[in-house]
Amino acid sequence: MHTHRQAPFFFLSVYSCFIFASCVSAEEERRVRANDREYNEKFQYASNCIMTSKYNIITFLPVNLFEQFQEVANTYFLFLLILQLIPQISSLSWFTTIVPLALVLTITAVKDATDDYFRHKSDNQVNNRQSQVLIRGLLQNEKWMNVRVGDIIKLENNQFVAADLLLLSSSEPHGLCYIETAELDGETNMKVRQSVSVTSELGDQNNLSSFNGEVVCEPPNNKLDRFCGTLYWRDKKYTLTNQNMLLRGCVLRNTEACYGLVIFAGPDTKLMQNSGRTKFKRTSIDRLMNTLVLWIFGFLVCMGVILAIGNAVWEREVGSLFQSYLPWDPPVDNFLFNAFLSFWSYVIILNTVVPISLYVSVEVIRLGHSYFINWDQHMFCSQCNTAAEARTTTLNEELGQVEYIFSDKTGTLTQNIMSFNKCSINGQTFGKCTLKHRHRLDFTPFNPLADLDFCFYDDTLLESVKVGDLHTQEFFRLLSLCHTVMSEEKSEGELVYKAQSPDEGALVTAARNFGFVFRSRTPGTISTTEMGRPATYTLLAILDFNNIRKRMSVIVRNAEGRIRLYCKGADTVLLERLHPCNQELTNITSDHLNEYAADGLRTLALAYRDLTEDEWEAWSESHRCADKATDCREDRLAAAYEQIEQDMMLLGATAIEDKLQEGVPETIAVLSLANIKIWVLTGDKQETAVNIGYSCKMLTDDMTEVFIISGHTVQSVRQELRSVSLTGRTAACPPSSWSTFALIINGHSLAHALEADMETEFLSTACACKAVICCRVTPLQKAQVVELIKKHKKAVTLAIGDGANDVSMIKSAHIGVGISGQEGIQAVLASDYSFSQFRFLQRLLLVHGRWSYLRMCRFLCYFFYKNFAFTMVHFWFGFFCGFSAQTVYDQYFITLYNIVYTSLPVLAMGIFDQDVPDHRSLEYPKLYEPGQLNLLFNKKEFFICIAQGIYTSVVLFFVPYAVLSDASQSNGVPLADYQTFAVTTATALVIVVSVQIALDTGFWTVINHVCVWGSLGSYFTIMFALHSQSLFRIFPNQFHFVGHAQSTLLQPVVWLTIALATAICIVPVLAFRFLKLDLKPQLSDTLVRQKKRKPVGRSVGGAWRGTGSVSEGRLGARGGSRRSGYAFAHQEGFGELITSGKNMRLSSMALASFASRHSSGWIDTLRRKKHTSAHTECVLCFSGDILRNGEDVDCSKTHYELGFNGE
Amino acid sequence: MVKQEKEFVNRPDNTAFTQQRLPAWQPMLSAGIIIPGFVLIGLAFIGIGVALFVTSQSIQVLEVDYTGVEQSSPCFKCSDPDVKNCVCKMEFNIDSLFKGPVFFYYGLSNYFQNYRGYGVSKDPNQLSGDLDSFKVPSDSCAPYEYVGKTPIVPCGSVANSMFNDSFKLYQIVSGAKIQVTLDGKGIAWWTDYNVKYRNPSVTPLKNAFNGTVKPTFWSKPAYELDPTDPANNGFINQDFLVWMRRAALPNFRKLYRRITEGDYAKGLPAGNYSLEIAYNYPVLSFDGRKKNEFLGIAYLVIGSMCVVMSIVMLIVYAKFKFPEEE
Repeated sequence: MHTHRQAPFFFLSVYSCFIFASCVSAEEERRVRANDREYNEKFQYASNCIMTSKYNIITFLPVNLFEQFQEVANTYFLFLLILQLIPQISSLSWFTTIVPLALVLTITAVKDATDDYFRHKSDNQVNNRQSQVLIRGLLQNEKWMNVRVGDIIKLENNQFVAADLLLLSSSEPHGLCYIETAELDGETNMKVRQSVSVTSELGDQNNLSSFNGEVVCEPPNNKLDRFCGTLYWRDKKYTLTNQNMLLRGCVLRNTEACYGLVIFAGPDTKLMQNSGRTKFKRTSIDRLMNTLVLWIFGFLVCMGVILAIGNAVWEREVGSLFQSYLPWDPPVDNFLFNAFLSFWSYVIILNTVVPISLYVSVEVIRLGHSYFINWDQHMFCSQCNTAAEARTTTLNEELGQVEYIFSDKTGTLTQNIMSFNKCSINGQTFGKCTLKHRHRLDFTPFNPLADLDFCFYDDTLLESVKVGDLHTQEFFRLLSLCHTVMSEEKSEGELVYKAQSPDEGALVTAARNFGFVFRSRTPGTISTTEMGRPATYTLLAILDFNNIRKRMSVIVRNAEGRIRLYCKGADTVLLERLHPCNQELTNITSDHLNEYAADGLRTLALAYRDLTEDEWEAWSESHRCADKATDCREDRLAAAYEQIEQDMMLLGATAIEDKLQEGVPETIAVLSLANIKIWVLTGDKQETAVNIGYSCKMLTDDMTEVFIISGHTVQSVRQELRSVSLTGRTAACPPSSWSTFALIINGHSLAHALEADMETEFLSTACACKAVICCRVTPLQKAQVVELIKKHKKAVTLAIGDGANDVSMIKSAHIGVGISGQEGIQAVLASDYSFSQFRFLQRLLLVHGRWSYLRMCRFLCYFFYKNFAFTMVHFWFGFFCGFSAQTVYDQYFITLYNIVYTSLPVLAMGIFDQDVPDHRSLEYPKLYEPGQLNLLFNKKEFFICIAQGIYTSVVLFFVPYAVLSDASQSNGVPLADYQTFAVTTATALVIVVSVQIALDTGFWTVINHVCVWGSLGSYFTIMFALHSQSLFRIFPNQFHFVGHAQSTLLQPVVWLTIALATAICIVPVLAFRFLKLDLKPQLSDTLVRQKKRKPVGRSVGGAWRGTGSVSEGRLGARGGSRRSGYAFAHQEGFGELITSGKNMRLSSMALASFASRHSSGWIDTLRRKKHTSAHTECVLCFSGDILRNGEDVDCSKTHYELGFNGE
Repeated sequence: MVKQEKEFVNRPDNTAFTQQRLPAWQPMLSAGIIIPGFVLIGLAFIGIGVALFVTSQSIQVLEVDYTGVEQSSPCFKCSDPDVKNCVCKMEFNIDSLFKGPVFFYYGLSNYFQNYRGYGVSKDPNQLSGDLDSFKVPSDSCAPYEYVGKTPIVPCGSVANSMFNDSFKLYQIVSGAKIQVTLDGKGIAWWTDYNVKYRNPSVTPLKNAFNGTVKPTFWSKPAYELDPTDPANNGFINQDFLVWMRRAALPNFRKLYRRITEGDYAKGLPAGNYSLEIAYNYPVLSFDGRKKNEFLGIAYLVIGSMCVVMSIVMLIVYAKFKFPEEE
């Protein structure tokens, strides 16, 4: 089955997506009364019917035409058309303009109509979705579009929310419900919403149908995270916030059902308010083209003025004497007015220097290139079954000019998957991947609870566990106990861990596979299965993680009653807190840690400490004090933790690999060889970012220096920047030394660096560095950095990311690329190109981008050339026809020249041309440079093309002039008549430009042959048809050239003229190109020649496959700086949640939601659990963190079954 | 199996077209092709040029200017536009035989038949014999559309300004004048005569012109242009057709007659000739000059151009050779 992908292809800049049906005078506040349609109708709120389509059958033509004529080009041609309708001016029949104009308008209209048809279809589909509306106490099925503001509707699990609702009540305790907002903001995690307590008690339909509260709230707006309003009910006021709202586009999850009051409907919903007009991006070629078109207009006006002056002089000197034969038009009675009209006549004739077909052709070519991107199998990811997609079709050639890439880290460079890679236990390192153990370890015979997806290769570690090595066992016991992971056991042995950071998940999973299985937890216990035997530990305390401590500990009591503290944390902090007797082991472990860090792994050190009962009691007391303190609680707690995390015994260290996406280091290497600078902008911490920088080879240990800027004040940031540039300058002084620098800047420093007075300093420093990493940056800062480069460097920027936080950067860069992966679709929706693997970027830029740029440049050069060659002939002829705006060619030729005779060959070249094959551009990234330097089409190239075009026009006019003025047929009839001259010149022109395109085409596919020969053929066929007697007999008024094709083309003199003109036009070009190729060959020319001499096999990307072992050959520089960090994606506060038990229910919900994606039976599971194992259900009361309306919540009121408080 | 197929539903087609791997020919500007190519083209052009040059050498041209600007000119008296029915004689001498067929042209210089307003001033429907257009000529003919309220046929500037000098050529053999027969048949384009221009199918032709007037500059109506041949009248009169075919350039020649019959079919022998000109066409008013050319076209231009081009190519060849040796 083929699923329809609605690709938004656009020709011209008709790019708006949504218009809103209602445009009532600005609403100041909204009043909605529940269950009172009559009252609400007074306000004429928009209904829930959405209309993203722009037209209907009646409005299509006028509205679409109106939109199209907002394009300057179209209006210009309309203006020309009007000029042509004035008989005194009209130097050309009206159809010479209207035919191409109609063609352009039709193509665009057809495309718009198709787009709109699909919008209609999706609108209908959405509007006809069913929802249950409470009408007069009964639930009735209504279509979405019939839902009104003020209705109460019922939502069931996994249903889309139909409008912006005020949550009234839900099946869950406290009026809670869970929603997924992926469609709204791209975040896939679950969010919780709660109703106001008074309404949550309403419960069933009967109560709800008598509910007549009135909501007064803000007017419709697009702020997704804000809502303020008040509910008036039974003479009481209740404050409403965003926490009470269910927005359209969300999906209800893990909640059986809920009721909501419609506040905003249809176009007023926040979803629709957010889907505004997309900012239209233009490429630099577009801008250059527009400038050039303006210049050409200037040139056109100049020519018009020259010819008009000529006309004035001629009319005065010659024409006035000549009036008996060449009378002035009656309304025109003096030469000056005649000259004025002549100016406009020439504007009409010469307008073909800017042909109407230029813009359409450019769009067609880009569309073709976009399809090639969509079709490229090398950018298809079979794991996720997604092909690359060019979502914007107007930017392709800019892909060949990129100088800066701004990349997100998580999900873009990395897969956001952590894997337990290596460990050091008691001084022995495990997990070395040698050739001997290449195969994955199979844990199942040893451990039925093992996770099958876990990969580990070193069987010595497993042996060590099996033989019962105490250190090893303690090591894994620690991993199975010291964490904040939640578990869900759907059926016996089928464990699912829900970790809040992927690092922790990886560690606990490792422990699970090595026989220490974390099964479940309650606020006070942790149940595990150790080497097949169940064990339960009493959880005495969790010493939670935070950024300063960089470690976490648990204190547990085992079955024998022994108390032990387990700690894991960053080596820097943990190794300081060891018992002195660990010195030797510390040294060995440190070496291992260095080794791991050099490989770009994320390391943790593990330690334990035995506590006596007394020690525990004493500490527990001080801890309780600190916990209860009202002031400086944080500091006191930290001090308490510090107190007990001392004198620990080192167990070992773990190394987790933050898995890079496939081929990331190679891609980065290739892109930097192509002279593209890559900046990583991440919201992650500095340590993580630096780590990834190393593992994807952006940072290397042989770099001269890696500067870190992390100042908090303006002064300190400035100082740091200055010292960087100073060091940079002194080190770079001996130019021979290959000093490279990297810059790492923190978000808070970046905020200062981006201020107006420092930005240039920052920019110059950053640009001098080989690698730049910005960490802890906000989405806004990402966009600011991009804007900074755009503003000061005049370089083409590309932003690539996958999350909702990358949207701003994707939108502000010249080109936005979205990684369609795990993190929702927000980035993809905002992007211009999307694919699923970072490594496809090199193909997108080096192959598709390069080709697109090359093709577009060649296309433009040729296009301007052929139109100047065509048009300027009129200019020269002006000097011989009294500047009377007489055209040289037949009007049909003028009409068809651009749209039939010469359009297809150049389009075929623009779409299919290749200079070097794709694998060559990947092997030689230097081939990308001409695009960055803008070498192939710039003002200079433009003038060369124009000069060539003018030269050609001179030849095309003066050669026939010289030959034909004295030539005659063999029967004595002279050939100097106007029509013979016209046909000769036109034929010579078509042949010359065809030969020229044949020279320009470097890659002759079948299609090129068909187009070139077909165009020539069509010229002669159409000419013979237009000059045929049968056509003349029908329209004697229109076809003056009857019989001319035969009589002219039978004359050898005419052919000799054409051959002569062609030779004079082409020979110098050939000679020049040949000389250039020999004297100043480009890299691509050399490669083509090489290929000719020594054909290379078709191994696509072979060269880089060869070096593809970069990531495997991890034996990079040793002894580099140690980079370690603890649980990088970790947040603090979870320990507390666990011990309080507050999140128990929530997490099991979240887990169930994962299952529910596959089987809808999560409710059943939950119900079953409620009845059979109710004792594991804890808590229905949420901490204030989650519930903003804490004041209204009273846990004791819970009348749900078995609800009991964990505290 | 089904599942596997489903997984790759989105996989793009693996065709040469979609993957941009169409077999293609990549031409190269290699020295092995370019230099011999240049030599060949050069030689061919030189050959053609020489042939054309030789041909053009064999063409003899004699021009007689009878504008009558100079007082000494026999036609000076006629150049005054007030003088009607003026006839003047130009005497000239031919040194050697003008080989037949000999073509007799008249030429105008600085005359702008290619002026846009002039060119459109005609009614194609009228000229193709449409009687409706006889009564209501096209607006494009203005100001030569009506005289009073009577339509002009043929209307428009082009027809109105038809060249109306006529010529008689005599050879003077020992004082006696022998008239050289001038053949006026088939001097117009075949399609003009047979397709484009048509007389209305009314006999006699005169009746078709009832209710119309002749163009103001004409001395005779269209149906009486050639009194000697009734078939050569109306819109298919050869001289009219020749005039109506507009010249591309302001200096032009138009074929007047051929000398293909009688004693002179083989050519004009050497000797003295007299050209008798019925001088009707006013030219002085626009400072034009008219001259009578006998024959002549020089194709030398092409030949010399070819020679020049081949020299250019030789230079190019020499230049190419140098870097190739490096």
